[in-house]
Amino acid sequence: MKILVPVKRVLDYNVKPRVKADGTGVDLANVKMSMNPFDEIAVEEAIRLKEKGVATEVIVASIGPAKAQETLRTALAMGADRAILVQTDDEVEPLAIAKILKAIVDGETPSLVILGKQAIDGDNNQTGQMLAALTGYAQGTFASAVNVDGDSVNVTREVDGGLETVKLKLPAIVTTDLRLNEPRYASLPNIMKAKSKPLENKTPADYGVDTALRVKTVKVSEPAVRSAGIKVADVDELVAKLKAIGVHS
Amino acid sequence: MKTLVWVEHDGSAVKDATLAAVTAASKLGEVHLLVAGAGVDGVASAAAAIAGVATVHVADNAAFANALPENLAPMIVDLMGSHDAFVVPATTTGKNVAPRVAALLDVMQISEILSVEGPKTFTRPIYAGNAIATVESSDSKLVLTVRGTAFEKAATTGGSASIEAVSAGGDAGLSSFVGSEIAASERPELTSAKIIVSGGRALGSSEAFEATITPLADKLGAGLGASRAAVDAGYVPNDYQVGQTGKIVAPEVYFAIGISGAIQHLAGMKDSKTIVAINKDEDAPIFQIADYGLVADLFTAVPELTAKI
Repeated sequence: MKILVPVKRVLDYNVKPRVKADGTGVDLANVKMSMNPFDEIAVEEAIRLKEKGVATEVIVASIGPAKAQETLRTALAMGADRAILVQTDDEVEPLAIAKILKAIVDGETPSLVILGKQAIDGDNNQTGQMLAALTGYAQGTFASAVNVDGDSVNVTREVDGGLETVKLKLPAIVTTDLRLNEPRYASLPNIMKAKSKPLENKTPADYGVDTALRVKTVKVSEPAVRSAGIKVADVDELVAKLKAIGVHS
Repeated sequence: MKTLVWVEHDGSAVKDATLAAVTAASKLGEVHLLVAGAGVDGVASAAAAIAGVATVHVADNAAFANALPENLAPMIVDLMGSHDAFVVPATTTGKNVAPRVAALLDVMQISEILSVEGPKTFTRPIYAGNAIATVESSDSKLVLTVRGTAFEKAATTGGSASIEAVSAGGDAGLSSFVGSEIAASERPELTSAKIIVSGGRALGSSEAFEATITPLADKLGAGLGASRAAVDAGYVPNDYQVGQTGKIVAPEVYFAIGISGAIQHLAGMKDSKTIVAINKDEDAPIFQIADYGLVADLFTAVPELTAKI
């Protein structure tokens, strides 16, 4: 089977985001960008399914600026076979991304699409579910285990009270949670090899998708800052403070 | 504007996060509720008693028993023909269903709203809560998920909504429920606990977590939480995790014990009323947001605190 893995280039998770002074957004000039951590987990899972002989080909796709090519090369270096870059400098919302991915799914007919559960910039947690809706496929979100079994896949999901398992008819959409796997690092030889793997260049217009924003960002501001607290000298002082605010057994 | 709030329940009671979603929905207009499941008469009458609710739509069907989104979404889309907004608590179940509905309606969802600023204007956190975006929708219908800790909970009594049966929908034949492992706990649920005691990587083992953190939580009647590091190290199950990728909590008092305070963790608890940090590293970032900080070895300080409080 073929597996499609959409990946996103985002602000590196170790970088503290800075809100621009004019309130138009977060400053992304000259900051380190990386593959969204949940997408690394998605790529890793697809490669593991290939290593197990379940998958025959892993295609990665990204929608974004020319530099998203670097993110795709990272995925190729991890072990993906080929890449599709849908290039645009515009901001693209999850709904439009899902529509582009739907068009890619129609063309490539993968049996499984594995996405990250959310991107750590927009924190939307929508694209996988929306793609499932548009394709009419079943969805296994927040996956911590994925087991392909013939023409179906069992997905163990991280839910609020614990775990639950659902059985989905293939083709299906899966979104990854943190504990699904530990993504591998690309080795230097594989990084070199990845440079010659195929990377197809497309635009949203090639898929007939209008990326006009439905939701306009009016402003972006800093969250309220907590006032600085105090350091207490010892447990007795802490107990006194806690009792003063009404905490006691 | 007529809003439809999806009611999250466990088969017998309405879950707390729904009550916050009702409050958010009431800022938009007339509140209708949707109770979907199998054998949900009890939940429907509890929902009808929630203050400020006009109508409770009840979709009672075996196909809706485990909230499979493949089965729920078409039925909800059908109901949205007569509603202007679909409002869902931002729980794992809500987050699973709402975007599927939004895409079928061809509208963008606005996730985890923190406030209602106007009929189509909302605030929401981005970048793990490091920035707050004010956004305005131009879609004809709204699909919103609501951060439970950002809105007061609607009263569970005083309402007298009418109950209407929904006949639409059934099994889409795409998915089935296999089973679940729900962690048994008599403690207050994390997202509604008044006090939360959380432990981090510094605990070193699940035995140390159990011996150090649990007695303090027991004494305070508190919920138990953990950082991602403690969960990944296997000290506690993953549903304890507080943070951007775990649960978002805002209790009266949050104890962060042996937690450094990475931004991923802070995103899940920085709206707590009082934050208490115990950490032996005086430069740990958690002290920048803690109301009361104690620089000490947790293995001596926490048992002493448990004994003295």
